[in-house]
Amino acid sequence: MTTPPPRLHVVTGKGGTGKTTVAAALAMALAGEGRRVLLCEAEGRQGIARLFDLAPLPYEERRIAVGRGGGQVHALAIDAESALIEYLDMFYKLGRAGKALDRFGIIDFATTIAPGVRDVLLTGKVYEAEKRRDRDGRHVYDAIVLDAPPTGRITRFLNVNQEVAGLAKVGPIRKQADAIMSLLHSRRTKIHLVTVLEEMPVQETSDGIAELSASGLPVGHVLVNLVRTSPLDDAARKAVLAGHLDAGAVGDTLAAAGLDGTPGLADALLAEGVAHVERLDLQDAQRAVLAGADHPVVEIPFLTDGVDVGALYELAGHLAPVAGSTEDDA
Amino acid sequence: MSPQRRNADRGRMVRGDGGGSSVLPLDVDAVIGDPTTRIVVCCGSGGVGKTTTAAAIALRAAEQGRRVCVLTIDPARRLAQSMGLTELDNVPRPVEGVGGTGSLDAMMLDMKRTFDEVVEAHASADKARTILDNPFYQALSSSFAGTQEYMAMEKLGQLYAEQGGSGGGSRWDLIVVDTPPSRSALDFLDAPERLSSLLDGRFIKLLLAPARGPARLFSAGFGIVTSALNKVLGAQVLTDVQTFIAAFDTLFGGFRQRAEATYALLQAPGTAFCVVAVPEPDAMREATYFVDRLSGEKMPLAGLVVNRVTEVAGELDADGAEVAARQVEDADDETSARVAGLLRVHASLGRVREREDRLRRRFAAAHPSVPTIAVPALPTDVHDLDGLRTIGSLLTRPA
Ligand SMILES: Nc1ncnc2c1ncn2[C@@H]1O[C@H](COP(=O)(O)OP(=O)(O)OP(=O)(O)O)[C@@H](O)[C@H]1O
Ligand SMILES: Nc1ncnc2c1ncn2[C@@H]1O[C@H](COP(=O)(O)OP(=O)(O)OP(=O)(O)O)[C@@H](O)[C@H]1O
Ligand SMILES: [Mg+2]
Ligand SMILES: [Mg+2]
Repeated sequence: MTTPPPRLHVVTGKGGTGKTTVAAALAMALAGEGRRVLLCEAEGRQGIARLFDLAPLPYEERRIAVGRGGGQVHALAIDAESALIEYLDMFYKLGRAGKALDRFGIIDFATTIAPGVRDVLLTGKVYEAEKRRDRDGRHVYDAIVLDAPPTGRITRFLNVNQEVAGLAKVGPIRKQADAIMSLLHSRRTKIHLVTVLEEMPVQETSDGIAELSASGLPVGHVLVNLVRTSPLDDAARKAVLAGHLDAGAVGDTLAAAGLDGTPGLADALLAEGVAHVERLDLQDAQRAVLAGADHPVVEIPFLTDGVDVGALYELAGHLAPVAGSTEDDA
Repeated sequence: MSPQRRNADRGRMVRGDGGGSSVLPLDVDAVIGDPTTRIVVCCGSGGVGKTTTAAAIALRAAEQGRRVCVLTIDPARRLAQSMGLTELDNVPRPVEGVGGTGSLDAMMLDMKRTFDEVVEAHASADKARTILDNPFYQALSSSFAGTQEYMAMEKLGQLYAEQGGSGGGSRWDLIVVDTPPSRSALDFLDAPERLSSLLDGRFIKLLLAPARGPARLFSAGFGIVTSALNKVLGAQVLTDVQTFIAAFDTLFGGFRQRAEATYALLQAPGTAFCVVAVPEPDAMREATYFVDRLSGEKMPLAGLVVNRVTEVAGELDADGAEVAARQVEDADDETSARVAGLLRVHASLGRVREREDRLRRRFAAAHPSVPTIAVPALPTDVHDLDGLRTIGSLLTRPA
């Protein structure tokens, strides 16, 4: 018997390593023919809108792109205040009291200040979208991708409902918290960690994996972003580093090709070559560290020209192994 | 004279780099060499090199004779070790291996502990216990977005008080402050305000009302609210919040007062802000916001550090290198293949650098009076004192 594919992909990682970019590319990769994918943003920074070159997204799901396999990518910027009002309405039909909450600044208090409430609402909305079904009883979304808070906060973010369960011992809040916890701890969820091949982010990734695993949260792939490729093969890298390629020989080769007009070029190229190889070696060392962790690794290349919507399709191609495990035929 | 003025004066004489166009160079040596500079704040968006820059500036200042304290926040493990930051006791400790005539003390901020200590210092033992044990305090002190920024401010205020204001015989004569890894550089300046508005909020006032005043403050509206909250959260939660708020109430004023004092300190002429960015769109945009904000708040800006700039040697441009690579390749021997590879390395460095230069030129055009220094990306991480010295020297000469 095969296990059902994950439906909720949580993308975390160290700040600035490319969470938003990778989450968007993963959504594109998941949106195969006939499939609908929801890309959610939890941090209120409109990173998705910026990436797709759209006006700021309202608290409303809308189609923003066609996926790599022709499916649909929808997006939602979850904002905690709207989520709270929606939530109260849904669960409590508070009516006049709901309005009063707003009037007394409680919505504001609860969402911007009261610790944890924001995270409860954000995870709650994701939970709601995941389980939502259409009239025929089919899931509205085939997959959900969450551009989540960074590694340092992810465990607490995902486990916030446990804290709620600790605070609210009974009642509907407790029930909801338990249901969210069971989704997040189930096989339907995968938490992917975006990193780059540098010491600190890799360390943070290892710590993050340990922390997530320790609290029973399902770790998926390690997504290594900004991987620099090299036009030099292994032998060439060794030769450059060992100084076996000397400035004289390089200069002669350049001259033979008619490139002797640029003074100091040979030295400059060699110096850059050494720094380049040193950086590649550093990458390799970190790659080895990640290989030691017990999770599948996918590498995503650094795109010299930067990232635009077109580039997302290219990145989506690299994420096929992550999306693939959710395809029906996989 | 404020750092801002100093830099403006110096800038008239020197022309620096700026991705091709001329901009005012930022000279960190002049900033730390000026005895009236008492605080240097390194800020910027996440991961740009704030901690590295703060540590490098602090070390350089110490080795040039100043008595320095550096407040770091979440330094990388190896860097922390090399600075002896292994004791998590929330006080500065001397750093071993510092040369020159000055001294360097370093500490790593422990946000929760700083918060706890404030509570302990300003409330009676009983009250402090009530607060420290309250679940809402525990959540607030360890996870409220902004607590880290706020506690960094708090700690800076404490260190400055220890420095003894105007110097003479005090433990330090320069404090270098790193800022927390927030997404937005502005968080550092906004956090105290956010916490204050929590403490001043209408809701809190209402919750406090029963403790403070006549029952008539319980308006009909508030009755509905409490019952709604009880329904939603359960009565215990509301009671916990109320207990916390009531116990915390007397501390609010003190908190706000100190935050305001620290804020004023940041506006004083003895302070110098170094805004750190990397030459990427997001980081440069954040730097722009921050620079504009500093000038709006009349906070003294020393300048912009553009960190991790791609270094390209020689004159050959990216397209030229690509064409050359193809030519060289024709020769079809091992050396030629390798030289072609090196030319391609050069071409891609050149392309990245062109993008970086465009961003830097844009910033310079919009902010012609902001002194700037570019620090090249080193091939390896910066994780020991020598690495910091390298960064320190790069911070003082145009790249
Ligand atoms: N594979 C890539 N090649 C080139 N540039 C990339 C790549 N991935 C991301 N970037 C760039 O890196 C920067 C940071 O990416 P992104 O905003 O996705 O990171 P993030 O982790 O979401 O950041 P934050 O923590 O601020 O939310 C952006 O400018 C983006 O265009
Ligand atoms: N000029 C440089 N060349 C090479 N590596 C650098 C340079 N500056 C910083 N680094 C490295 O970049 C990484 C991030 O630097 P650092 O920790 O100082 O950033 P930060 O802004 O403090 O990050 P955070 O926002 O997470 O606190 C570190 O591994 C550091 O060694
Ligand atoms: Mg993002
Ligand atoms: Mg830092």
